[in-house]
Amino acid sequence: MSDKTSTSNNSFLNDAGNRALIFQIALLALVVFVGYYLFSNLQANLANRGISTGFTFFNQPAGFPVLIHLIEYTEADTYGRAFVVALINTFVISFIGIFFATIIGIIMGLARLSRNWLVARLATVYIETLRNIPLLLQMFFWYFAVLATLPSPKNSILFGDFMLNKRGIYSPNPIFQDGFGMVIAGFIIAIIASISLIVWAKKRQTRTGLWFPAYWGSLGIIIVVTLLAYWIAGSPIEFDLPQKSRFNVTGGMVLPPEFVAVLIALSTYTGSFIAEIVRAGILSVNWGQTEAARSLGLADSLTQRLIVLPQALRVIIPPLTSQYLNLAKNSSLGAAIAYPELVAVVMGTTLNQTGQAIETIGLCMLVYGSLSLSISLFMNWYNKKMSLTER
Amino acid sequence: MAIIFKPSPSLPPPVNSVGAVAWIKQNLLSSPLNVFLTLFSAYILYLLLPPMIQWGIIDATISGDTKSACTGGGACWTFIKVRFDQFMYGLYPPEEYWRVNLALVLLIINTGLFFVKSLNKMIVSLSIVLVYPIVAFTLFSGGIFGLEHVETSLWGGLFLTMLLGIIGIVASFPLGVLLALGRRSDMPIAKSVCVVFIETIRAVPLITIMFMASVMIPLFLPEGLNFNKLLRILIGITLFSAAYMAEVIRGGLQAIPKGQYEAADAMGLTYWQSMILVILPQALKLVIPGIVNTFIGLFKDTTLVYIVGMFDFLGIIQLANHDANWLGTTVEGYAFAGFVYWAFCFGMSRYSMAIERKLETGHKRN
Repeated sequence: MSDKTSTSNNSFLNDAGNRALIFQIALLALVVFVGYYLFSNLQANLANRGISTGFTFFNQPAGFPVLIHLIEYTEADTYGRAFVVALINTFVISFIGIFFATIIGIIMGLARLSRNWLVARLATVYIETLRNIPLLLQMFFWYFAVLATLPSPKNSILFGDFMLNKRGIYSPNPIFQDGFGMVIAGFIIAIIASISLIVWAKKRQTRTGLWFPAYWGSLGIIIVVTLLAYWIAGSPIEFDLPQKSRFNVTGGMVLPPEFVAVLIALSTYTGSFIAEIVRAGILSVNWGQTEAARSLGLADSLTQRLIVLPQALRVIIPPLTSQYLNLAKNSSLGAAIAYPELVAVVMGTTLNQTGQAIETIGLCMLVYGSLSLSISLFMNWYNKKMSLTER
Repeated sequence: MAIIFKPSPSLPPPVNSVGAVAWIKQNLLSSPLNVFLTLFSAYILYLLLPPMIQWGIIDATISGDTKSACTGGGACWTFIKVRFDQFMYGLYPPEEYWRVNLALVLLIINTGLFFVKSLNKMIVSLSIVLVYPIVAFTLFSGGIFGLEHVETSLWGGLFLTMLLGIIGIVASFPLGVLLALGRRSDMPIAKSVCVVFIETIRAVPLITIMFMASVMIPLFLPEGLNFNKLLRILIGITLFSAAYMAEVIRGGLQAIPKGQYEAADAMGLTYWQSMILVILPQALKLVIPGIVNTFIGLFKDTTLVYIVGMFDFLGIIQLANHDANWLGTTVEGYAFAGFVYWAFCFGMSRYSMAIERKLETGHKRN
């Protein structure tokens, strides 16, 4: 075949590189055009409706109450402060939810693998039920069908100093007295001591092969030293107990029903997903690893801790990260039962009152975006630390 | 005379190593910890099961038409019975229910055609994707052929949930494949557009996308041009689901060995030929569980339309729960909703397992 025919076949358009270039230029032009078109429409619409853009409304008084606030907040405060309150609520529910979901997930995942038939079946039923029912429905269930049907404050259910009624869960509120700094100091000293104990035990084991129960020992040190400091300082904690008054409960610490419903729903729902991840991770470790560990004479607990768990964690961590992210994002459903988190306060009330759709929705997306990013960065770092060190 | 060795018949296994007793011993009582766990589980079952059966079946009422009929102290299933049509069709006018039913029958028939061997599957797929939606929309919305027009704001109940779920699933899958291919592409601009889209969507909760669809989209369109809220929500759900789908499919694409790509290239297949004929069939098969999980997630996520003011299955039950004539039937409503959602999602996950087994062509070692 001569060069001539082949060049005529390979016209400009038949070259893969050229085609890719043309396609990409067209795509870029499309994206830029659509972006410009939407933006110009937006500007025209905003001008027509007389909506001013920008975050100046953040300095105006909000005028609405936020029921759950961990920092000082009144109706006279600004939208900006309401946003911070909501942000804290979202963070609090996400982190506590992640904590409980992990515990539930590990317990249920191990239970499903249990050699005990009844335990395994119960765990399976739990997982398959909760995974397959929408989270919003579960939140509604806990809020409207369980917590809303509790007795009124007058007929509160009592567990010692704890109270349970329609308005939430009441518990004693610790009030720290002057000497409490001493207890904290004792606790910090105990932690430093136990870390050095663990380091010493490890060094000695590498040197001499002798084993020392460093973890139990450090737990003991922490408990004993902290209690000692508490006793020397003269018990510097007083409790503010919840008291029943005629129509309400005064004093104590209260967990509002909205918070409890969102927390239960989020942690049990996500826990059922984590359980499956834990199970898959443990099953992924080859049975030969366990057999090899046994033939080396390791005890069962050591086999689990030193051989199976580190290898299972490598499989578990990446999907676990995405479950944590899901939990943080799903906390936004709390808006549906009036838990005042970001979506409810910013995209709900603030948007309704000010009409600043672009700013409020954009701000929410930005916050969730950075929350997702920070959790995934942390988990990536942890994953790297745990991952296989190959030659 | 030769001595013939006659083994005596083997003894039966000891009684306590076969049968029910041995099974219980092995699976429930093999160690002190196991005995404790068994007792603990049995106690939990004892706490949960009898009251549930008592409430849901023994003391339950299903006869009658009003709340006053429920006197047994148990569940009031009368509530579900009386409201059943509303739960299924939402606020759709009752005399037009047949249109929704007809559309459902047509869908079942159309899907059933897949199992007729003599028909070309391509034609059946095209009829589902192109012809059926037009027919169904005409039936639902009306306005022509003498059918009464029904506003989309009246669509609701399980009908709306199914509509959102099915359209979302059918539309998000091809979009997800395209996004996944785009993210794996060598073209830097195409790749970055896909990455930015996927990562942005995945970083935010669905509820913000819903708000965007219901509040923000009208701001981005020229004055006068506006389209239906249901359609906007559908676009939102589809885009959201497509981003997750893309990541699942990308996992499958990455798992295909490089040799497959190279072999397809060596055969002289074009990019699309090699993708459609060689890579995607293998990649998609690998990630069936992930794809179905995304579908299940989408189906569950349709409940969020309630927050932007549409009455899907959960929404209409929530509405009925606040009816002053039926106070105190909240648990029944949620139990019914939970059961229906559970049945759909669990069914989907079992079906995916069946498909996985059917398509299994690898060589299992055991």
